[in-house]
Amino acid sequence: MTALALPTRKQEEWRYSDLDAVASVWPLPAPARIAIQPGASEAYHLIQNAAEGAAAIHDYVIDIADGARLDFHLLNIGGKLGRVTFDVTLGRDSHFELGGAIIGGGDQTLEIVTKVTHAQPDATSGQTIRSILGQRATGSYLGSINVARDAQRTDAFQSVKAMLLDRTATANAKPELEIFADDVKCAHGATVGELDRQALFYMASRGMDPATAKTLLLRSFVAGVFDGVPDEAVKDRLEAAALAKLETLV
Amino acid sequence: MLEIDNLSNEIDGKAILKGLSLSINAGEVHAIMGPNGAGKSTLAYTLGGRPGYEVTGGEASFDGVNLFSLEPHERAAAGLFLGFQYPVEIPGVSNLQFLRESLNSQRKARGEEPLSGGAFIKLAKEKAALLGLDMEMLKRPVNVGFSGGEKKRAEMVQMGILDPKLAILDETDSGLDIDALKVVGAGINAIMRRPDKAVLLITHYQRLLDYVKPDFVHVLAKGRIVKSGGPELALELEREGYAEVVA
Repeated sequence: MTALALPTRKQEEWRYSDLDAVASVWPLPAPARIAIQPGASEAYHLIQNAAEGAAAIHDYVIDIADGARLDFHLLNIGGKLGRVTFDVTLGRDSHFELGGAIIGGGDQTLEIVTKVTHAQPDATSGQTIRSILGQRATGSYLGSINVARDAQRTDAFQSVKAMLLDRTATANAKPELEIFADDVKCAHGATVGELDRQALFYMASRGMDPATAKTLLLRSFVAGVFDGVPDEAVKDRLEAAALAKLETLV
Repeated sequence: MLEIDNLSNEIDGKAILKGLSLSINAGEVHAIMGPNGAGKSTLAYTLGGRPGYEVTGGEASFDGVNLFSLEPHERAAAGLFLGFQYPVEIPGVSNLQFLRESLNSQRKARGEEPLSGGAFIKLAKEKAALLGLDMEMLKRPVNVGFSGGEKKRAEMVQMGILDPKLAILDETDSGLDIDALKVVGAGINAIMRRPDKAVLLITHYQRLLDYVKPDFVHVLAKGRIVKSGGPELALELEREGYAEVVA
């Protein structure tokens, strides 16, 4: 990886990135490797909250062995560029679950890039991504699911929703499927929306100030992403960091 | 309490209210009736401050304060409650969370301490019982999956918890069967029939007025009040129809 030349926008997985910021940290270190042993069940999380102006790139290469499970929860909120990538290979009867939230403002570019390979039969994967973008921020989800020829009875979903707080913010969502098996269930959906004006007026009519009303609607929008976090203390940290970031945007 | 003087407004450049005047004192219940398209709901939304309802002339003061100088949430904190004809659904936000944030926002605006969780739950239970609404309903997202009648009961529970000075209730009777109408009528009386409070009922029909007896009845047609009277006016409207009375 380190020997490669700087990426360009012609490469699909870099199309929406902030390449000047990428150049500032190039060449990238080797990706972090996670291997989940056969039958094991593990939970990981990352709060990407790099300093303002910084470029933070986290690459993960993940192997989930037969019968194993990984739950990964990600909050991507910091830096000028915050990019987190996952290259996941699933063994037989294994599971990968990703709950990811992007919350960005200013000129931030925040990205989640996933490549999930169902290499063996009977594996399942779920990806739930919620993005909230204000000001001139760009949030992107590029996710490919690849189902190998022998990976029958694969069950995979991608649920991607973005909320734009300002007309100047940008959301990119690109779920992609490449399927070579024939007994496969792959669901994917992507939406981009704005805060519900009727709900905001209803809340105001009950006395809620606009910031409180917006924060409540946005919290409910990202709620669910962190529902499955097994460790309550971790869950609290993720939610507290998400809320603190939201409060800077409303 | 509420003084509306020669109020005119526009929605998308179309004039709806055309010089409407109305005066409501503490301790009074007023009913506004009128045909479809007269501007009844527009009056409610304009007083509530809904975006897009542009005031083009006239004034409204609420307890001596220019109502139109206040943002919608400030009007609520000042004691105005708007009962919606079509209550809005808010997925993902529970009624209890919604109401607690609302009440505490109001209290903060008035310089009062927020209500504790325990005190709030006690208040919510009391008001839900008053309207015959199961507390379990209040744990569910705001109005999501509620029947028409449940939405209207929930609106009145909201009113009970927020304890406004003036309630403007826009067709609170629509979608209610006879039994629910009785419960909601009794709820309005219990919460709002007090010397320091007032109610403006907006309705098509006399039937709600059997349970919440108005002191004054007004007929709204073509953007202004064309006739005012006592409770007998509602009966006359029911008997003769709007066309006869307005003409």
